[in-house]
Amino acid sequence: MLSVKNNHPTEFQDELIAQFDEIVKRYPEGRQKSALLPILHAVQAAFGWLSVDAMDKVAAYLEIEPIEVYEVATFYTMFFLQPQGKYVLEVCRTGPCCLVGAERIMKHIEHRLGVKENEVTPDGLFSWRGIECIAACGMGPVLQIGPTYTYYENLTEESVDQLIEELKSK
Amino acid sequence: MARKLLLEHVHIPGINTFEVYRQKGGYRAAEKALRTLSPEDVVEEVKKSGLRGRGGAGFPTGMKWSFLAKPEGVPRYLVCNADESEPGTFKDRYLMTHIPHALIEGMIVASYALGANTSYIYVRGEMMPQIRILERAIEEAKAAGFLGTNILGSGYNLELYVQPGGGAYICGEETALLESLEGKRGNPRIKPPFPAVAGLYNCPTVVNNVESIAATVPVLNIGGEEYAKIGIERSTGTKLISASGNINKPGVYEIELGLPVEEFIYSDEYCGGITKGKRLKAVVAGGSSVPILPANLILKTAKGDNRLMTYESLADGGFASGTMLGSGGFIVFDEDQCIVRNTWNFARFYHHESCGQCSPCREGTGWMEKVLHRLEHGHGKMSDIDLLVDVSKKIEGNTICPLGDAAAWPVASAIRHFRDEFEWHVTHGEEAQIRNFGLAHYADPLTVES
Repeated sequence: MLSVKNNHPTEFQDELIAQFDEIVKRYPEGRQKSALLPILHAVQAAFGWLSVDAMDKVAAYLEIEPIEVYEVATFYTMFFLQPQGKYVLEVCRTGPCCLVGAERIMKHIEHRLGVKENEVTPDGLFSWRGIECIAACGMGPVLQIGPTYTYYENLTEESVDQLIEELKSK
Repeated sequence: MARKLLLEHVHIPGINTFEVYRQKGGYRAAEKALRTLSPEDVVEEVKKSGLRGRGGAGFPTGMKWSFLAKPEGVPRYLVCNADESEPGTFKDRYLMTHIPHALIEGMIVASYALGANTSYIYVRGEMMPQIRILERAIEEAKAAGFLGTNILGSGYNLELYVQPGGGAYICGEETALLESLEGKRGNPRIKPPFPAVAGLYNCPTVVNNVESIAATVPVLNIGGEEYAKIGIERSTGTKLISASGNINKPGVYEIELGLPVEEFIYSDEYCGGITKGKRLKAVVAGGSSVPILPANLILKTAKGDNRLMTYESLADGGFASGTMLGSGGFIVFDEDQCIVRNTWNFARFYHHESCGQCSPCREGTGWMEKVLHRLEHGHGKMSDIDLLVDVSKKIEGNTICPLGDAAAWPVASAIRHFRDEFEWHVTHGEEAQIRNFGLAHYADPLTVES
């Protein structure tokens, strides 16, 4: 179950706050809560996940209650409520991708990284999970890596190995 | 060669830039609308075109626009639904990646028609690259004077913004999308009031799919009457079809509505036939929510007519022997695929994506997933099959939004058409772990005849 309990003191840099200021301008006066999802994406891009402290600071910035942030962060599956690997390999596990081998790819990733779904490798570099359809059904099997959400398409065991090696050497 | 209205220039290098899009005749529809037509004229033109919503429901776009309330002094909004999350569907991602200005131009035309001065494109959060592409396209259009204040000297103002979602299928439902855009959980609203009266920020709002909005550009360019001549009966114009599964050429294809399904699957111009020369077992024609059909019923209707890619022909026979065009997410299953496993996979998807507001959907999708898991893994009972039908019937029609129906139909239709395969999983539980059920009952009529 999703729960909001993991904490970590978080400082927002001026650059990030400047990004928030730009986002809020998109909405009418008094509707700044609309900025919540884009702001949470920006925070996750900066820190890799959303700690309770980070969410509280977002609430303070938007002048809304912390619970309004928690209830959103727990609803949308893109937001991580606990620390992840530096690279999170998210593999589509929905029907069309499974027709072309997604389950095989997930097994391979689990074996290759040596950690179960949602666990982080000891070096802190990788975690992985199966996710639902990401609108790339014709290019399956497919995985994505945030925060840029680059897609890696038509996956094979070999291309997954190559990708993991490339990320390791970055 | 079929007529292309949306993807005509997709292979031209640089078509994703304003400059090349403009050279190829881009922004003529926006000019035509703002310089020579009243907003009412634009609505009329779209009505004449017969264009129907391309997101899945197929509701006439012009009619949807004409329902928009216009109280004095209250802003109106256009929100583009780019949440594209129906499994099997990836056409909007393709369009936004390759021809982003087609959507931006459509947003200008549609916003002008509706009298919206601020419009949003709600893009699913996983499409961050597409969000960057659209933001860049908006900057280019603004620099060229097609967005901002007093566009083309018409006195019309429009600001356009892109909003990311957070990875929730339910936000493709228009009222959940609006909740999400307001910074809340994507729980669908009870209707009425409809968004046309009380939508975004409680103001009159139209929500349209990416492809519907982009299609208003060719509608204005060639005229509504001309557009309506393409296609058959009430299925006018062209449609983007996302083809996936066990086919030689998966991808996005623009078809003229009315193309025979058989031609779409086997012609080299489209899917190019089944991979490795295998036989066709089944097709989900319009995204995961629509009923699955066995090969014989997807190629021909129960009456024996050729099945066509139109709203009407795919629905011929009702749910007893037909399906829906839906979003155009065309998923093809070859003879080796297990229908029970796929049905379990889809059931897991809907359980995962149920927002949890309505008990029949929240609980029912979970039970369907569990029972299907049991059947697929060889521990099922014969009574499970009717239990699934029973649960699906109790979800269908008993929820605030259509997710409940969308979860119920794939299960009900798989059992309707492939019951013997479910029964085989019960009687051959162990064998079902090693191999899939044979094809004899659902043979592809084409290969059987030859």
